[in-house]
Amino acid sequence: MSPALSGVLQLLALAAALGLVYRPLGDHMARTYSCDRHLRVERWIYKAIGADPTGEMSWPAYLRGVLAFSAVGVLFLYLLQRVQGVLPGSLGFSSIDPDQAFNTAASFVSNTNWQSYYGEQAMGHVVQTGGLAVQNFVSAAVGMAVAVALVRGFARAHTGELGNFWSDLVRGTVRVLLPVSVIGAIVLVACGVIQNFAGIHGVGQFPGGTQQWNGGAVASQEAVKHLGTNGGGYFNANSAHPFENPTPLSNLFEVFLILLIPFALTRTFGRMVGSLRQGYAILAAMATIWVVFTLLMMWTELAHRGTAFEIAGGAMEGKETRFGISGSALFSVATTLTSTGAVNSFHSSNTGLGGGINLLGMQLGETAPGGVGSGLYGMLVMAVVAVFIAGLMVGRTPEYLGRKIGTRQITFAACYLLVTPALVLGFTAAAMALDTPGHSMTNSGAHGFSEILYAYTSGANNNGSAFAGLDADTQWFNTTIGIAMLLGRFLPMVFVLALAGSLAEQTPVPETAGTLRTHKPLFTGLLIGTILIITGLTYFPALALGPLAEGLAS
Amino acid sequence: MSTSTPATLPDEVPHQDGPTGPAPGHASGHASGNGAVGGGFFDPGMLVRAVPDALRKLDPRVMVTSPVMFVVLVGSVLTTVLALREPGDWFGWAITTWLWLTTVFANLAEAVAEGRGKAQADTLRRAKTDTVARRITGAGEERVPGTELRVGDLVVCEAGDTVPGDGDVTEGVASVDESAITGESAPVIRESGGDRSAVTGGTKVLSDRIVVRITTKPGETFIDRMINLVEGAARQKTPNEIALNILLASLTIVFLLAVVTLQPFATYAGAGQSMTVLTALLVCLIPTTIGALLSAIGIAGMDRLVQRNVLAMSGRAVEAAGDVSTLLLDKTGTITLGNRQASEFVPVKGATRAELADAAQLSSLADETPEGRSIVVLAQEAYGLRERRRGELGPAEWIGFTAQTRMSGVDVGRRRVRKGAAGSVTAWVRERGGRVPEDTRALTDRISQAGGTPLLVAVEDGGGARVLGVVHLKDVVKAGMRERFEELRRMGIRTVMITGDNPLTAKAIAEEAGVDDFLAEATPEDKLALIKREQAGGKLVAMTGDGTNDAPALAQADVGVAMNTGTSAAKEAGNMVDLDSDPTKLIEIVGIGKQLLITRGALTTFSIANDVAKYFAIIPAMFAVAYPGLDKLNIMGLSSPESAILSAVVFNALIIIALVPLALRGVRYTPTSADRMLRRNLGIYGLGGLVAPFIGIKIIDLLLSTLPGIG
Repeated sequence: MSPALSGVLQLLALAAALGLVYRPLGDHMARTYSCDRHLRVERWIYKAIGADPTGEMSWPAYLRGVLAFSAVGVLFLYLLQRVQGVLPGSLGFSSIDPDQAFNTAASFVSNTNWQSYYGEQAMGHVVQTGGLAVQNFVSAAVGMAVAVALVRGFARAHTGELGNFWSDLVRGTVRVLLPVSVIGAIVLVACGVIQNFAGIHGVGQFPGGTQQWNGGAVASQEAVKHLGTNGGGYFNANSAHPFENPTPLSNLFEVFLILLIPFALTRTFGRMVGSLRQGYAILAAMATIWVVFTLLMMWTELAHRGTAFEIAGGAMEGKETRFGISGSALFSVATTLTSTGAVNSFHSSNTGLGGGINLLGMQLGETAPGGVGSGLYGMLVMAVVAVFIAGLMVGRTPEYLGRKIGTRQITFAACYLLVTPALVLGFTAAAMALDTPGHSMTNSGAHGFSEILYAYTSGANNNGSAFAGLDADTQWFNTTIGIAMLLGRFLPMVFVLALAGSLAEQTPVPETAGTLRTHKPLFTGLLIGTILIITGLTYFPALALGPLAEGLAS
Repeated sequence: MSTSTPATLPDEVPHQDGPTGPAPGHASGHASGNGAVGGGFFDPGMLVRAVPDALRKLDPRVMVTSPVMFVVLVGSVLTTVLALREPGDWFGWAITTWLWLTTVFANLAEAVAEGRGKAQADTLRRAKTDTVARRITGAGEERVPGTELRVGDLVVCEAGDTVPGDGDVTEGVASVDESAITGESAPVIRESGGDRSAVTGGTKVLSDRIVVRITTKPGETFIDRMINLVEGAARQKTPNEIALNILLASLTIVFLLAVVTLQPFATYAGAGQSMTVLTALLVCLIPTTIGALLSAIGIAGMDRLVQRNVLAMSGRAVEAAGDVSTLLLDKTGTITLGNRQASEFVPVKGATRAELADAAQLSSLADETPEGRSIVVLAQEAYGLRERRRGELGPAEWIGFTAQTRMSGVDVGRRRVRKGAAGSVTAWVRERGGRVPEDTRALTDRISQAGGTPLLVAVEDGGGARVLGVVHLKDVVKAGMRERFEELRRMGIRTVMITGDNPLTAKAIAEEAGVDDFLAEATPEDKLALIKREQAGGKLVAMTGDGTNDAPALAQADVGVAMNTGTSAAKEAGNMVDLDSDPTKLIEIVGIGKQLLITRGALTTFSIANDVAKYFAIIPAMFAVAYPGLDKLNIMGLSSPESAILSAVVFNALIIIALVPLALRGVRYTPTSADRMLRRNLGIYGLGGLVAPFIGIKIIDLLLSTLPGIG
């Protein structure tokens, strides 16, 4: 079978599988976030953390919940790493340096999972399972909670209330992430992913060194790593490691897990706003970008010219032979179009244009389909912007889902749009202008620039994947990327929740023939165009000097 | 100025039995245009004349209100300083020149838009010459300057006087020349009490004497507000304009970031750029097209209303007009012609149709009301009965219509013919011992139920007095209304007919006119309640009104258009005044509101879409030396880096001037569904905005490359 055909077949299989679970999962999530009853285990949790799961919250209250919970998470994770050296079950690893501990704490709480450490050489069982794996669940649940709050903003009227953060957080974890993760982990174990608490085994020697195997609760962490669009691997090689991702089938399943919740949330959105078609329009925009990016990636990786490439059947450098070009392309597009950042190949070794696709994917704000929760709210904010411009063209004050997009709404949307470009471009420019950061580059020219651009793009967009090559474990990068991850995660949430609050207060405008219909292909096209043009224009100069300069050189 | 007749003499008292509407009383019969909004005028000479104003607007304190253009101004200053430091650099000077031109072009657009109002303001000022008021004091009269009047003062105006201020007539009746405000030369009647008591300062009393109670402080009169409005002095940014400005400002910040951070990237690549080039890139990227034209679009939108003789008291109201989803329309004068017309002669048993028509015509010759005239005309058209003149019947006694008798007729010798309200005619016949046939009642009921008004025709001759039959008077729906309502429906606007008629009549007319709903036997309270109900459902409501009792509803409506013939209370309550007092104009106002928003959206889309081509021009020009592969992005094949950058800047400046007429005239707007409108505008301004600069920049580059030293 030709690699191209195998790629298309894998894409089709994936689409079919996602289509199959779209309805049940989307509806399940809508029920989860709308129902009145609490499970017994949930009540225990509320009691334990002292939260009232019934009171409705205005947007500032909801935001306070998000920020307080996340701040505690950062602090806890930081301290846990700082005292690792004295904790039992740490496989003898020492405590983590302050800057790296901060970076890792920020990284896992912000759902980024950027890793400036080597998992198997730095983190013991306690930190991996008790700290990092916990954040894999709850940071994802926070993203979903904020998305649901925004959806409620569209669904509710005459109220500033957006639901209850604690209840959304706990339910998202208990009723969605945990059960699906368990199923996911079982499937992964069946595929050959390891799950144990074994220590480090010396398995042999080779000239110049010894080889070790680490055991660990890999499958369980692997499932939520993908499902929660986290991406932080148990091992440094991440999903390229055979213990994390042993076969082409496990590879496809992991991509499926990555895309599962972000796509299904559009159904949840449609359900909750009372119009499934609105959800489908958003889904269509996400899916179109995803499919086109995947096909482009396969094309550029397969079509790359050069003797070595032709012998290998494409740009095989940095890719696992068991996944091949299409399996790697599929994975790398899914991981950069969501906020996952897991890798099964080295993005740095992609062709120039391929690396550009990875970069652009993240720069789109990770909205196609994006991170769990963050993809949906990112897409809805873009929809607000698209509606604003297009709505004027039908001769009315713009409105989306019956909510008027006025000064307040567009202010919040505009602020949202500003955050990540400011972080990405600002930090990259600082790193390029200063002397020290440049020493971390392992390449010169356009590729070297891409390494740094990629690092901040990945951090500020909460992706977490790395353009391997950059030595990111320096004080400068640990600190600046840490800041980029935190601001890139929580500043947008401030604006999303403020937007949600301002929407929920409104009296809905009834739909008439004069209303811009936002469930039509025309609008979907417009939404895609708005996303591509606004992000494309923002990053074009930077992309031109990085991947484009490299990709167009030959 | 349009030429409808805003105010005729006071209405005849309705002279038929049965329901009458709340009769706005100024049926102009002016069915204006179709739904499409036409453009204003544009004359290239205006650009030249506006240059001094445009230069004056370079004041940074003025420029800062438009964030996008302020950035261009700062950029222009910056490149000027750089060019001064290196005077031999032709490229620096060329860029500097075109950046300044960009700024000036933006101001030019605004100045042209404002200039159009200035001429009108001058005319108004002439009307506002200092008047001397004859103020009534306890002891008699004193002459004071009009500017010293207080609210509540009573002043006397006689033939030849100019009314010194806005007020209400408290005594007397006079004909007034309001042409200074409305442009309409026919005089109008102003009288104390009722709905036509308002007089406006600056208008001229032509006959008789009135006493006016001043209701507005000098300096805040209607004419003062008009001057402010048309000059744009009172212009405040509207909500949507502010929102759009925020979006444009944030895009400007994004591009500022993209350009400022580019320098370290470029330096690393060994292709550091001059500040001039970076400024040029920035100006090309930020949405200058819409930034430059935004305020001109707003001013022109208000101006389009002024050209149609509508004064919007706030730009907010114009925007709201575009959002209106419910239109309340008065039946009389808006949906139907002001008067009922004869549509049919229905004879009773034993009488012939021709006989009836003849009698009806005869008896209506002395009836000068429009209803009476329509009977004469119907008889003539349907039965070929020539209109007879009074002389040709020999000695005859003509009985004109009065509100008391509610009948008209003629006595020729022994033959007496009468036509009038059913009650009056029945009584007249019975008085003369005549008989009213059995089927008369059935006939009149049938007509009433169909929404018409029955008039009885009776005759007394040798055969005694008897009823001949019934004339069916019908409310005549104006031509083309059904289509317009259809159009409104397609735009998602629901029309509600407001009438004082009984529900039966109202329903019949509503069906015939094709309105979506009706409010029968409407009182002012009903109207207000209806508006509140609609608004509670999230709808925006527009209505017209003229009476004092309309004031609460006018104030409650999102768009309240007061008729200029109306009372001061109504004019105060509404947020627009129609100087022509033409209620049909509401439909046009909605169109103008929509057109305003569409123009903004279209030019924003165009402006953003333009950037793609500019990147393809400038990025290869900047970096193809460092990374030769990037020359593949030079898909336009521009001749040299300098020429490429300059072409983009020149295009960016020229497109502003090229679009000034569009900004002033507004994007073509035809009422249709949102989907079709979006498809069309996206095609023209979205795709057009993508493609046009590729062509434009290429052409400019071709021209530039013929110059020595470039290319």
